[in-house]
Amino acid sequence: MAKRETPEVNAGSLADIAFLLLIFFLMTTTMDTDSGLGRMLPPPIPTDEPPPPPIRERNVFEVLINANNQLLVEGSPMSLRELKDAAKEFIENPMNLETLPEVVVVELPEIGTIATTPKAVISLQNDRGTQYQTYLSVQNELQRAYTELRDELSRKTFNKAYTELDTDRQRLIREVYPQKISEAEPRNVGGGS
Amino acid sequence: MPDIVFMLLFFFMVSTTMKEVDMKVQMKAPEATELVKLEKKSLVTYIYVGVPMRQYQGRYGTEPRIQLNDQFATVGDIQSYIVQEREGLRENDRQLMTVSIKADHDCPMGIITDIKQALRKAQALKINYSARQMDQLTYN
Repeated sequence: MAKRETPEVNAGSLADIAFLLLIFFLMTTTMDTDSGLGRMLPPPIPTDEPPPPPIRERNVFEVLINANNQLLVEGSPMSLRELKDAAKEFIENPMNLETLPEVVVVELPEIGTIATTPKAVISLQNDRGTQYQTYLSVQNELQRAYTELRDELSRKTFNKAYTELDTDRQRLIREVYPQKISEAEPRNVGGGS
Repeated sequence: MPDIVFMLLFFFMVSTTMKEVDMKVQMKAPEATELVKLEKKSLVTYIYVGVPMRQYQGRYGTEPRIQLNDQFATVGDIQSYIVQEREGLRENDRQLMTVSIKADHDCPMGIITDIKQALRKAQALKINYSARQMDQLTYN
């Protein structure tokens, strides 16, 4: 009886095909996770609502960006490089200065007595012609001021970075440094368009 | 050897995410350092802003335009787009909806401000300015 040959599929090129596919997926894959600056917009203002009470000038840190991407901070020009430290000084008011926001000493669990500036508000205004990158850089610097302050406090009291704390403690720290960045209703601050 | 290749192949096949929309505007994200990751992709709605691609410039000009899904749109379209996207979410996820603004780094703030005002009207208050990670911000 003749030996029956089992038909064989030529699998030699299988690895090559798999390789080809692998390379295809390697190339097309985009592993990037989307990231960006998170912000909350204020809810729309009802038209019949009375205007909010004015905030005292010392409690406001005014940042204006004009159409030429120049910064005017508290009435004087400033470069982006200096903005973070200026914002930090404003939020913290370490010297308890008259010109900086009112300091209120509060008692908090775990942290103890600490000087806070609950009324401090950063007001950001930009022109319609401001470049988006500049606007985002300013937002980024302001965010960095808050992040650094929170981190410093967290390291001082809990010996840990702010991001490593549990949510309760993070909330506690956020109570000391609440992030208040207010954006004015749009209008032109000058310098073009 | 083929086994390993196959394993890798499956890994990449599974992890790959094809782009859902084809971009009609040129978008180079701005740079920032203080980024947060967008957690749940299904809760994110995207708004693209930028100058139209070369092949669309004849029809749509060279001024920055808004792209929603696969189409060019105007600021007026945003509100209905947001409402429509929100309808597609589950009831208890609607609060968590995030709008990611993917705008070109060079576009003027005017159009962004208009978008923000439209989002406020549509009650989509949680937004995210899409940006690329930088180790150190470059000051100019």
